[in-house]
Amino acid sequence: MPDIYQLRCRECGKLWGNAPRSFCEDCFSPLEVSYDYQALKSIAVKADLARRDFNMWRYAEFLPLPEGFQFPNSVGGTPLVASRHLAKKWGLRNLYFKNDAVCFPSLSFKDRVVATALAAAQRFRFKTVGCSSTGNLANAVAAQSAQQGFDACVFIPADLEPAKILNTAVYGARIVRINGNYDHVNRLCAQIADRFQWGLVNVNLRPYYSEGSKTHGFEIAEQLGWRLPDNVVVPMAGGSLITKIAKAFGELVRLGWVEEKPVKFFGAQATGCSPIASAVKRGLARFEPQKPDTIARSLAIGNPADGPFAIKLIRESGGWAEDISDREIVESIQLLAETEGIFAETAGGVTAGVTKKLLREGRIGSNDTTVVCITGNGLKTTDAIVAEYPLTEAIAPKLEAFEAYLDAQLVTPAVAQG
Amino acid sequence: MAVTIEIPTAFRRFTDGSPKLDCNAATVAEALSILTSQYPGLSRHVRDDSGQIRQFLNVYLNDEDIRFLGGEECAVKAGDKVLLVPSIAGGSR
Repeated sequence: MPDIYQLRCRECGKLWGNAPRSFCEDCFSPLEVSYDYQALKSIAVKADLARRDFNMWRYAEFLPLPEGFQFPNSVGGTPLVASRHLAKKWGLRNLYFKNDAVCFPSLSFKDRVVATALAAAQRFRFKTVGCSSTGNLANAVAAQSAQQGFDACVFIPADLEPAKILNTAVYGARIVRINGNYDHVNRLCAQIADRFQWGLVNVNLRPYYSEGSKTHGFEIAEQLGWRLPDNVVVPMAGGSLITKIAKAFGELVRLGWVEEKPVKFFGAQATGCSPIASAVKRGLARFEPQKPDTIARSLAIGNPADGPFAIKLIRESGGWAEDISDREIVESIQLLAETEGIFAETAGGVTAGVTKKLLREGRIGSNDTTVVCITGNGLKTTDAIVAEYPLTEAIAPKLEAFEAYLDAQLVTPAVAQG
Repeated sequence: MAVTIEIPTAFRRFTDGSPKLDCNAATVAEALSILTSQYPGLSRHVRDDSGQIRQFLNVYLNDEDIRFLGGEECAVKAGDKVLLVPSIAGGSR
């Protein structure tokens, strides 16, 4: 059976077949995977899902997978958590957290994109794969390369959180630390992909890679009972995920799997790196790149490649973009953990905090169904909050010592303010 | 000033395969216009219909994105390198 998908230029529309390339050689705009939706409609059957495991491979027909592809280990299939405490606190009826902090195998939504990128790497017979990364992506590339037998080489900014470096190194990946920020690493990788025959998942395999993000959106719709939400709040780094969730929703509507309805897309950034949010708020035609300065290093992309598409989507959907300070990020991480039992990384603090801000601004209605996307695990960014929790003094293993301890604890423990 | 423009592989079909162009220019804008007058096929890939540098093309002067240097009118000095890099990666948390 011929492929029902191929690369298409997002600007001029030229078709490029399937190859490890990420931009149109005619107009140099980004390529994306486009599908023959007639053909897709004939092979994708909603009823088939009942027989499939709850992970991202259940939407295989919607993904650019090579013929005869053997599904590797389970990826995705994360919980959609119906908020109880935070919803009540914020006066919202239907608030959900899509929790990719527990995405397998490496505890971030990047596992989804790497899964489809490595499928493409297999197809194009790459032996070495790699990426430029601020951490989560490197973890995912390293873990899945180990599973599937690829050699992995990842490029990271030298000042990355130690936990994220360790979480890559442990899988045996080669790590190249670059003296520079993510945008410098990114530029170098674009040049490396130009020179070497490597499958860089977010460079020359990027169109295939980003399709994996759609599964985050498919799962949201399915977990809501095949309905679309009214609002989605999405963290933005390069700006890709938010557009791919929109693509996923659009495909489900196109195939008649969900009813069409307007969905507002809200983008969340840290104030210290907010080129997309800033462009939306200031009504700019083009975003202005920034030099990142924030604890939310997984969102610290000052020159977001998908920024123009994210801005367009947010505007056209009637949504908005907001940003919050590093202090608010820390408080939001604590709030989410204390109220919902979800320990998110800094990016999750960003989306939770931005959601609160959007509520205050009256952009999210109390009866709306709102889904907040949590994309990474708090265990990876403990350095951002460790100062909030000084160690308490140890006591002797004696009952009287505990009684003395209780006496000293007459002050009620602090609770994060929502 | 003698500067070098480095040309990515994808652009080289418009430059007869040449990976770089040495030229004399006072600003990045001038260097780019020398490039596109030498290789007219590249013009529409460097600038859009409104004459702006294309949205998905990043231009660097040595290590810095020219948007941090005040844009394409930034001055160049002898030995500088101008890099053209398609905006392809990103979203790479």
